[in-house]
Formats: sequence, C-alpha cells, structure tokens
Amino acid sequence: MAGLELLSDQGYRVDGRRAGELRKIQARMGVFAQADGSAYIEQGNTKALAVVYGPHEASVGRVSIRGSRSRALPDRALVNCQYSSATFSTGERKRRPHGDRKSCEMGLQLRQTFEAAILTQLHPRSQIDIYVQVLQADGGTYAACVNAATLAVLDAGIPMQDFVCACSAGFVDGTALADLSHVEEAAGGPQLALALLPASGQIALLEMDARLHEDHLECVLEAAAQAARDVHALLDRVVRQHVREASILLGD
Amino acid sequence: MASVSLSEAEKVYIVHGVQEDLRVDGRGCEDYRCIEVETDVVSNTSGSARVKLGHTDILVGVKAEMGTPKLEKPDEGYLEFFVDCSANATPEFEGRGGDDLGTEITNTLYRMFSSRSSVDLQSLCISPREHCWVLYVDVLLLECGGNLFDAISLAVKAALFNTRIPKVRVLEDEEGSKDIELSDDPYDCMQLSVESVPCVVTLCKIGCRHVVDATLQEEACSLASLLVAVTSSGVVTCMRKVGRGSLDPESIFEMMETGKRAGKLLHTALQDVLHKEESLGPRRQKVGFLG
Repeated sequence: MAGLELLSDQGYRVDGRRAGELRKIQARMGVFAQADGSAYIEQGNTKALAVVYGPHEASVGRVSIRGSRSRALPDRALVNCQYSSATFSTGERKRRPHGDRKSCEMGLQLRQTFEAAILTQLHPRSQIDIYVQVLQADGGTYAACVNAATLAVLDAGIPMQDFVCACSAGFVDGTALADLSHVEEAAGGPQLALALLPASGQIALLEMDARLHEDHLECVLEAAAQAARDVHALLDRVVRQHVREASILLGD
Repeated sequence: MASVSLSEAEKVYIVHGVQEDLRVDGRGCEDYRCIEVETDVVSNTSGSARVKLGHTDILVGVKAEMGTPKLEKPDEGYLEFFVDCSANATPEFEGRGGDDLGTEITNTLYRMFSSRSSVDLQSLCISPREHCWVLYVDVLLLECGGNLFDAISLAVKAALFNTRIPKVRVLEDEEGSKDIELSDDPYDCMQLSVESVPCVVTLCKIGCRHVVDATLQEEACSLASLLVAVTSSGVVTCMRKVGRGSLDPESIFEMMETGKRAGKLLHTALQDVLHKEESLGPRRQKVGFLG
C-alpha cells in the first residue's frame, strides 16, 4: 500500500479506533420548524441533514422533469428521495450539488431502502418526499444519510416497520473494519454498505464494491450488522430524548 | 420562493398593522428578528458560517483554491459565487426547481461585490499574471422564512471573516521557473479584511410604509421591495428594485435612508458578534445544528 497503514500491528486504525469501533455519533431531531420532519446527524466528520415532506398529494407544485413523470399509486404511497451534497462538502470542490450520476444513484438507493421500511399501504395515492443534504463528507455518506432520514421520517410521524440503521464496512489484513472514513474508503479495498431493520434482522439494502473472497463475506457482513445494531441503540436513545423534551414542553 | 397562502382578511390585518408601526410579531418597522450567527461550522473549508434569521437558515462555505488571474486584472485574485437552493427548504426546489432563484441571488451577489473597495482583491494575488487565489463562495439555502438576501449577505460576510488563506511563497530558481511553497505551519494563514464588505437590507413596501426584514407572510402582502447593499460606513454599493409593483421616487429615497440606518446597526452588531466569537479562540464550544 502507498505508505499509509490502515491497520497497525497493535490493531489500531488511522484515526485510533479499533477494528469494530464506530465513530462518535451525535444526532438531533426537529432541526427545521417549517418541514414536516427533519433531523441532523454527525458521524465523526461526516455531517448530514435530512428533511421529510409528507404524506402529501402526489406531484403537486413540482416543475422539475422528474416530478412530471411521477404519478400517484392507487394502493400505496410514493416515496421520492433526493440526495444532494454541498459543493464544499468534499476536499475538492464539487461543481454540481445534485443531478450528477452518483447523486441520482444514491437517491434511488435511498428510495429502495425506505420503501422497504415505511408502511406505504397506509397512505395510498400520496407522496412522501425525503431530501438528504450532505454538509461534510468524510466517508460513510450513505450510512449517515440513511440514519438521518430514519430520524426525519420518525420526526414527521410517518409510520415505519422499524428503524433503518446503516453502516459501512471494509476488509483489511484479514480483519473486518466497521464505519469507514474517507481515508479508508479511498485506499481501494472492498467496501460494503448495509442498511438493516434491527428488530427482525432483515436487510433493506446491501451493496458491495471491489473484490472480496466469499469466505470473508460472512465476517464483513457480521461486522456491518453489529455496527448497525450499535447505531440503532444510539438512534433509539436520541428519539426517546426528543420525545421526553417535547412532552416537557407540552407540559405533560 | 417558498409560497405561503394568505386569506384577504389576514393580508388586510398585516397591512393595517404596518401603518400603525406594529407588525404581527410585535416588532416595529425597522426591527430585525433575532439573528444567530456561527462561524467555522464545516471543517474542510477555508471558512464557513451559518446564519439563522427567524425561519431562514443559510450555510455558506468558502474554499480557497489556486488559479490564474483574469486577463483584464492580472494582479488581483477574484471571488466566484454559487447559490444552491436546497430541496430542504421546499419541495418546489427539487431537481432544477431552485435554479431560477439561485441564479437571481448569485447575480445579486456578483453585483454587490463588483465594487472595487468591497474586498481587497490585490491581497489575493500570488504572482501577477500567473497565480492568484480564487475564493469560491458557496451558499446553501436550507430553510426559507422570508428575507433571504439579508441573511445570505450576513452569512457571506461572516464566512469571509472566518476565511483563513494559507500563506505561500514563490521561489524562483536559476532557470526562471517558479515554484509555490506552502508554509508547514497549518495556522500560518492570512485573513481577509471584511471592513468594507456590504450587507443587503431588503425594504418591502406594504401599504404606504416600508418594513425591514419581512417574514414570508409580509412578503406576500407587499407589491414591491428595494434591495440596498450598504457598507458599515453607510456607503451604498448596489441597489435593486424587485417585485411586480411599482415605486415612486420619493419612497425610493425614503427607503434608501431607512436602509442605510438599518444597515449601519446591522454591521455594528455583526462585527461585535464576530469579534466576540473570535476572542473565544479554538476552545470555543461549536454548536452547529446540534444546539
């Protein structure tokens, strides 16, 4: 490798974490008053904002090309996601915040993830919009977006089957690493992104890049799943704290 | 802009209140809402700031990159603006829906900063005709609660104040080829002087009077507005009338005077906050969106 040791002999990673350790996660719900639901999450240096509008009438007030093609579904709600990352979020300045191939792909992945979790049968012929904005990207952007979007959907009061918790994982020197930072992602090893519904253990989205021997797949998958469960414990605490604060303000 | 639907009765209520110098939230015609400013919110930029003005939320990031100076100004660096109206603010901004508003704000920013005295562009030059610093100022509109231009100009000023540009040295060797050397110390940076950077004051004409810092509801009741860019010494750098109504010349002069008064107060308040924040140093508790 090019002189940067991703995992030292004593088992420490570049930023001093252990192999299965997550970065520091801080989250807050109800960031914006005007949206139906909003949340902000910080996973290490990755910062993501998610905002939810809905359920509302399908394709109302939309002028964009994508909107004119979306039609209401007769038996369930339509989930519409947009992923956008700020031009100053990456080390090199990005020219277009959204509309490029990667953002469109992320939007589709987020849509797939949330269609599996949101109880869309309860809101036929309506639309739920989930907009995710990445303010700072330091690896694990998909995971941060999914976690933020889960909190935002809960803040909006839209019924879901379960939390959706996501985490990334990699494989270096025979050890599976959880929650990759940008340095570890850029090193070019195998990367796995996993979105999990923790209570049932069902996988909502699984994506892997680069070559990985199938013997190692099990341990990488388990590392990602364990990390996602840890994230779930944290998000659960954040939601309970938010509900407690809201009930104090209401004077219950 | 994010639209809000008001009934005729509500509009009449707002207009009548303004005539008596009493707005819906109890402010006078020349009062601003509570403004929160925080700098250094995004760490991988050269400078950043977040401004929260009522329900309007703006995040600005400044990135300093090396480029070639423009042909007509070979010994100066330059600023490039980009405004992104995020879909977070309203679903109408999804896809390309926010491009119109974004372009309008970007053009206003360019016009504001076109005056030679706003930013000392010569300090951004590294070697004439070859290298200079280009400051990419990216504005991200997160929530739309009325009075966008004021909040954006405050955020841009705060972000430029927070910008740290690394000091470089140009080394010339025997063959005449130049090499740029960055200093090893990451804290060895130069700061831009933002004394003459203007701030925008938007004055909305409601009935016979004009108000400063209109909310979305008040903007829906006004037919025309005047945007005045004022520096801290009261000098007007740019002026623009927006809206579908028309204004008569006397009201334009009155609004300009109000704008200069309000602008001066705004500048003093912003300078106080920025200096206080900077005096707390690196041990300052950063709140960002978590607070």
